[in-house]
Amino acid sequence: MTAAVLDQLQEVVEARVIERKKFKVPIVFASTTVLLTLLYGLSARDGDAQFMLGSSSDFVTIPKVVVPGMTTAWITIGIMVVLTALAFVLANAYKKSPWYATVLFCVAAMFGFLAWAGAGAPAVVNVVNLISGAVALAIPLVYGALGGVIGERAGVVNIAIEAQLLMAAFTAALVATVTGSAWAGLVAAMVAGFAVAAILGLFAIKYRVNQVIVGVVTNVLVTGLTTFLFQRLLVPNQLTMNNTEPLRFSSIRIPGLSSIPVIGPILFNQTIIAYLMYVAIAAVWFALYRTRWGLRTRAVGEHPQAADTMGIKVNGTRWRAVLIAGAIVGIGGAYFTLVSNGRFNWEMTAGLGYISLAAVIFGNWDPVRAAMAGLLFGFAMNLNNILGLLHTPVPSQFLLMLPYAVTLLAVAGLVGKSRAPAADGVPYVKE
Amino acid sequence: MRLELRGITKRFATLVANDHIDLVVEPGQIHCLLGENGAGKSTLMNCLYGLYTPDEGEILLDGEVVRFAGPGDAQAAGIGMVHQHFMLVPVFSVAENVMLGNEASKGVALDLDAARAKVREIAARFNFHVDPDAIIEDLPVGVQQRVEIIKALSRDAHVLVFDEPTAVLTPQETDELMEIMKQLRDEGAAIVFITHKLREVRAIADKITVIRRGAVVGEASPTSTDAELAAIMVGRAVELSVVKGEPQHTDTSLVVKDLTVTSATGQVLVDEVSFEVKGGEILAIAGVQGNGQTELTEALMGLETNVEGSIRLGGQELVGKSVRQVLDAGVGFIPEDRTHDGLVGTFTIAENLMLDRSDGPPFVKAGAIQIGFRDEFARQKVEEYDVRTQGIHQEVGRLSGGNAQKVIVAREMSRDLSLLLAAQPTRGVDVGSIEFIYKRIVEMRDSGCPVVVVSTELDEASQLGDRIMVMYKGGIVGVVPADTSRDVLGLMMAGIAPEDIAATQAEIAAEAAASDDAVSDAVDDAAPPGDTPSSDTATTGTDETGAAR
Ligand SMILES: Nc1ncnc2c1ncn2[C@@H]1O[C@H](COP(=O)(O)OP(=O)(O)OP(=O)(O)O)[C@@H](O)[C@H]1O
Ligand SMILES: [Mg+2]
Repeated sequence: MTAAVLDQLQEVVEARVIERKKFKVPIVFASTTVLLTLLYGLSARDGDAQFMLGSSSDFVTIPKVVVPGMTTAWITIGIMVVLTALAFVLANAYKKSPWYATVLFCVAAMFGFLAWAGAGAPAVVNVVNLISGAVALAIPLVYGALGGVIGERAGVVNIAIEAQLLMAAFTAALVATVTGSAWAGLVAAMVAGFAVAAILGLFAIKYRVNQVIVGVVTNVLVTGLTTFLFQRLLVPNQLTMNNTEPLRFSSIRIPGLSSIPVIGPILFNQTIIAYLMYVAIAAVWFALYRTRWGLRTRAVGEHPQAADTMGIKVNGTRWRAVLIAGAIVGIGGAYFTLVSNGRFNWEMTAGLGYISLAAVIFGNWDPVRAAMAGLLFGFAMNLNNILGLLHTPVPSQFLLMLPYAVTLLAVAGLVGKSRAPAADGVPYVKE
Repeated sequence: MRLELRGITKRFATLVANDHIDLVVEPGQIHCLLGENGAGKSTLMNCLYGLYTPDEGEILLDGEVVRFAGPGDAQAAGIGMVHQHFMLVPVFSVAENVMLGNEASKGVALDLDAARAKVREIAARFNFHVDPDAIIEDLPVGVQQRVEIIKALSRDAHVLVFDEPTAVLTPQETDELMEIMKQLRDEGAAIVFITHKLREVRAIADKITVIRRGAVVGEASPTSTDAELAAIMVGRAVELSVVKGEPQHTDTSLVVKDLTVTSATGQVLVDEVSFEVKGGEILAIAGVQGNGQTELTEALMGLETNVEGSIRLGGQELVGKSVRQVLDAGVGFIPEDRTHDGLVGTFTIAENLMLDRSDGPPFVKAGAIQIGFRDEFARQKVEEYDVRTQGIHQEVGRLSGGNAQKVIVAREMSRDLSLLLAAQPTRGVDVGSIEFIYKRIVEMRDSGCPVVVVSTELDEASQLGDRIMVMYKGGIVGVVPADTSRDVLGLMMAGIAPEDIAATQAEIAAEAAASDDAVSDAVDDAAPPGDTPSSDTATTGTDETGAAR
């Protein structure tokens, strides 16, 4: 007779809940506010800041906005203080701050900072250029991050993104110059990324060498190889082998879409590689979460043994993922020599591959979020460029650090707990 | 489908895990495999399922020799397996796990709806409910098990292997599983069932084959008694009941007062619990899995972060202490999930045996591990606890389930303890070893140490415990003497306080009498009165003690 009673227990036993106050968001708000207050207070600046929200060729022209620098900065501090207080009050009442409060806070902080930086400067802060430049800078990062996400979701850590970008940049320059076609260069870049991925796969999947070691060694190898070939092959034959200047992809304006104020010129006046990037982000997301390939790829990254018992070839699936990822990273490499630069230069990727890896982790191994993290890094880099033009009084080294500090704060405070695929970096051995 | 294994031999280096095993499983039959820990049952089944390649021998399905390159081939041939360690991707949903490897697609996109429908259809066939969109890691083990079964059935398996499916199940879940197995058998499936619980074997087996040290030693009749089954399995007579005298209380007692444990999200997992365990006494904590027992033991061990209240061991306060300090206070802990909490799978047996004693002599001197001492110690323990292994330097992850459990028990029991916490100490352990572990637990108690045993097995709780404390929804329903009947304990596990039980039973009886139908029908329909027990009754555990004695 107990059976009947116990049947009722099959229902999940729901527990009493004691709510806890969560002060993470208000604390991040407060520290950012304090940081900026200190900056404004310690080095006040005179004059107006000029902002521009569009380019002259826009369908709807938005006039230049001129604001008094310091006053604006202090007003934004006021807004931030209010938002911080609000966040504290909400947290104290066991409530979460709404997402739009966070967005408003970030915009206020950014706007105030730029008003302060631009105060009295002859240069105009062009918001459209700031963001579209950020998108452009972020392109190789985003491709690198997408490749990283695919590899790690399948359980293979890819430290060699840097090598893939570099090899692809080199190959793109060489092939494009020799064939006279940027498109041929782009395809060659994908093949180069694929080839580096094959090296990674051979050692990491087939021979089960520690994946971090394989990645680092591959980076060193490719750096050496491209530098050697650059000096021996490209430098003496500059014009016939390393001259993509006339071939570079130029920006394509998408009629209609590009005339949307602010957003239009940012998103829809880019090169083909940027448009491909939008497609790639969506495609990788769809492939990972909505297709058979994605389900299997994620399964071998989480619990390879379970996948094996369901008749899935674990190492074959990993191979496929790593090679596809390599080809995607290759497109990002092509950006260096087919868009941003007219020729290959040694070590021109300058560690961006490692930053992609950081974007993978900040993006919690999700393609869309990793791409967003890539954009955030791109924004931070572009901010440096713009601040350089504005001649701010703070030592430039400090300013170089600031965007990263803010990024770190944002990531620490606003991004939730991150969780790697369970079998990430663990080679699969069958009995 | 008729399954025949002929001369299957599997070696791991020098160890012969399966030695020319012959086995025939007829369709419409439940064939039980009995054997000690490490006898080679799982290995044999893994050979059958294509996970291992046998070194010798052949597999025949309906008289035809088949060769499997991998589990995919075995599945295609109609073999399904529910593994001893679940083969589910924890972050996937039920439907995703079921479809994995055999995905239905609409164009390029996965057809999740088809997978959901399949889950519902199979669940309905066996009268249970599983939410196809639930994430595996949020589900209780019993439900995860059903997902494993659905997975196997979704491929139209005609031969089904259940490798110790009941080790992690509660008694009611076990009963349900056995119903499912019977239904499958009646539909014509050939079923291999591995278990260490003799009660289940007798209840359900059509045929019993016993394996010892890698070889078939004979068959047993399903009508044999427990003692006969145990003897043929272990090769000697086994004492199946616990022999213990009256408890001799000492002063080192464990006193828990108003202990509350909450999760990171604020859920109350243990709800203002108070109880006392005297030195020299075993308190068995019974209850349906997931009613706070796990969290209670982890809090006692210092493993939970959000703990309020007081835990005093021999007068010393343990709340707020680090795990290291709790260990130093002499608390020994046998965790319920050995693969995650108790052992480092890639470490050797010798290393695992000294895992929590790496902070000083005799295992470590001047910062260096005393290899000689460690190995000598390990050799002695392997011998004493009868761990079946190729040697003390074997990785623990390669041990059979029951032998891994013995390593933990050996480690924890070989320290000077002032409190022993054992959660499911005999999960997955064979009868011979259960006898041994019970003896050691009783010895620990007789040495004057308070002992807490958490068990979802009512038999284990009644046999080992001097008193039984029943938990429900994080609180204590009551503390009763060990000879309380199964029925009363069952009602208490449903949250009905012991003082209300007489009334409840009378009510059920009255209803049954009033009904014209068969008594069993009426009982099935009888809803538990007072199915929301007041939290008052659930937290007055210590008061109950006096009344119950
Ligand atoms: N992958 C492996 N490598 C080396 N030895 C192994 C491996 N798998 C199992 N063994 C050994 O083979 C023997 C049989 O193990 P198996 O898991 O088949 O036992 P079992 O009968 O299922 O036991 P239990 O009831 O404890 O689950 C054990 O001694 C075990 O240590
Ligand atoms: Mg086994």
